[in-house]
Amino acid sequence: MSRPHRFPGRLDVKTGTVDMSHGSGGRSMAQLVAELFVHHFDNAWLRQGNDQATYSVAAGRMVVSTDAHVISPLFFPGGDIGSLAVHGTINDVAMAGAAPSYLTAAFILEEGFPLRDLERIVTSMARASCEAGVPVVAGDTKVVERGKGDGVFITTTGLGVVPEGVEVSGDRAGPGDAILLSGTIGDHGVAVMSSREHLEFETEIRSDSAPLHGLVARMIEAVPGIRCLRDPTRGGLATTLNELALQSGVGMMVEEERIPVAPAVAAACELLGLDPLYVANEGKLVCICPADDAERLLSVMRADALGREAAIIGHVVADAHHFVRMRTAFGGVRIIDWLAGEQLPRIC
Amino acid sequence: MKYVDEFRSGERAVRLAAAIHREADAGRTYRLMEFCGGHTHAIFRFGLQDLVPVNVEFVHGPGCPVCVLPMGRIDNAIDLARNHDVILCTYGDLMRVPGSHRMSLLKAKAAGADIRMVYSTRDALAIARAHRRRQVVFFAIGFETTAPPTAVAIRQARAEGLSNFSVFCNHVLTPPALAYILRENARASRPAGIDGVLGPSHVSTIIGSGAYEPCAEAFSMPVVIAGFEPLDVMQSALMLIRQINAGRHAVENEYTRVVTREGNRKAQALMAEVFETRPAFEWRGLGKLPDSALAIAGSYADVDAERRFALPATAGSEVKGCLCPSILRGEDKPADCRLFGTVCTPENPMGACMVSSEGACAAYWSYGRFRQPATAA
Repeated sequence: MSRPHRFPGRLDVKTGTVDMSHGSGGRSMAQLVAELFVHHFDNAWLRQGNDQATYSVAAGRMVVSTDAHVISPLFFPGGDIGSLAVHGTINDVAMAGAAPSYLTAAFILEEGFPLRDLERIVTSMARASCEAGVPVVAGDTKVVERGKGDGVFITTTGLGVVPEGVEVSGDRAGPGDAILLSGTIGDHGVAVMSSREHLEFETEIRSDSAPLHGLVARMIEAVPGIRCLRDPTRGGLATTLNELALQSGVGMMVEEERIPVAPAVAAACELLGLDPLYVANEGKLVCICPADDAERLLSVMRADALGREAAIIGHVVADAHHFVRMRTAFGGVRIIDWLAGEQLPRIC
Repeated sequence: MKYVDEFRSGERAVRLAAAIHREADAGRTYRLMEFCGGHTHAIFRFGLQDLVPVNVEFVHGPGCPVCVLPMGRIDNAIDLARNHDVILCTYGDLMRVPGSHRMSLLKAKAAGADIRMVYSTRDALAIARAHRRRQVVFFAIGFETTAPPTAVAIRQARAEGLSNFSVFCNHVLTPPALAYILRENARASRPAGIDGVLGPSHVSTIIGSGAYEPCAEAFSMPVVIAGFEPLDVMQSALMLIRQINAGRHAVENEYTRVVTREGNRKAQALMAEVFETRPAFEWRGLGKLPDSALAIAGSYADVDAERRFALPATAGSEVKGCLCPSILRGEDKPADCRLFGTVCTPENPMGACMVSSEGACAAYWSYGRFRQPATAA
């Protein structure tokens, strides 16, 4: 915003809506970018006004990850599409054991979308990026006709650097390794679903959306030999465990009683006919490490605000079928399978 | 979680399991049919089969309303949504059920049909109020459990003058289905018969445990009305074993916290007012059963989607080789089917038992297939 009087009149954020001109490349678009995006994301790269950001390359291995966000509703208890777009991508970068450095963001806006809501989203995104210390250094905006989008879609890309000597990958789990989980599961999915269905519970269930790179850095520092990290987002813990088992060519055995689920989330799942194992999280991670390091890692995780309820939930076993099995609280054993299709509510 | 944790206590389960081990006669087998998909789900989700002796076997019954809905009715619903310009409201589990030619409501929706997933009949009414110029059809399925809410919606639509709302009624009744299975079971040709029945739980809150007394009497069959929590299932299995050991065949009620012998009189009166019994109705797997389903009564004919849209009776074409029919009768187990786990999986279901999470095949596949690693994918 080097030239404050570049545009005739300010962007009407209070009552205005997105129209096709905001994506046309003309003056309206320039104004939207300057007064909304650059204003809130404010940093040296964006202020340069180039179509790209340049930065110095660090030694070591770089990580890149991209994530598209299409959530409905856009605002939910504990977050919104903006904070989610920041946390989601930071976490994807962090799960390589990396320190995230930069983000880029692409917005697809639907004609008619209120600018006030867009500002709320951008403000929330800017706050999330500032708190995480990962700036948004480049971006793009497109507008689609009314009816061809769902308000706003945001795609973010994250760049980061893996420290020397760290080798985290989904294919490194081996029999005997311990499986750790950083906290309660199902909070995000249930928060979104209950606001979508207008369900009200006595205690509000909030999304766990949070950036995990700080926690990951402390974990890596304590145990550089961590084998796998993954955030159990869509498809929940069940899907993440199955992905890791398949990638590493192993099986898993977890203990139902050790998997933390908040009572309100458990109750909501019971009511909706859902299994918390398959419900999305946005601020949790699964970690696989050598068994000997597990207790030490657990205490490091529990010392962090985002890992206070961390638990060792099971261990990796040799299994040619790559089954993820669970010992139930009853002492029986069952499979935790891949999610088939969408998780749909049951009628009886 | 109050009212749930008490019925999922691992400690109590161990004590119940010990009692079952103690009281079950090692010299014989106990084949217990759990009627409902809810029971099947609990047995697999909590791994109950591991807790009972090998000679106590759970046989899966036909009590999954999604599974027993004949394909022709799914075809009708798909036709309604695609060709009659209606908003079709449906419960979630019906979305993926395959109709003829591998079509489903989910695929019809993707192709542009206006199909909405609802949690209750109230949601469907709200959609009808919000779209007065569109025809809104509620795809009603389920046993006696979900019939009263459908009846309430029909009365409500009438009271509000919601003339754009109608109901495609597919409610079915459990006692005739149980009678059919027990009649088949009594045939001498059956190699392994059923020794006892874990009776419907939520259905019984409506119709009462007394509704199964004629069946128990006619076929000398022990019946225990069983809740859906894992401890309910364990306790009911023990009660059945005791009846079998004593040579008794009564209807006992384990689920006393909600089920009475008489049931919910108010709900029964509502059903009697809004519905009439169909002379016969097809159950997938069991065939046409007399007096086994509900239609909308003549006095509410204007709310009946079957009449409003003149829906034809269609048969639907079942997939060749699919053992769903005999699995629903308790004669075969999922692993006996050649399609199971090969071409038929929850991602790509061929038969109805693989679609609903309460279906026996889906439960075997999702929770129990490590027991038969040969079929693992």
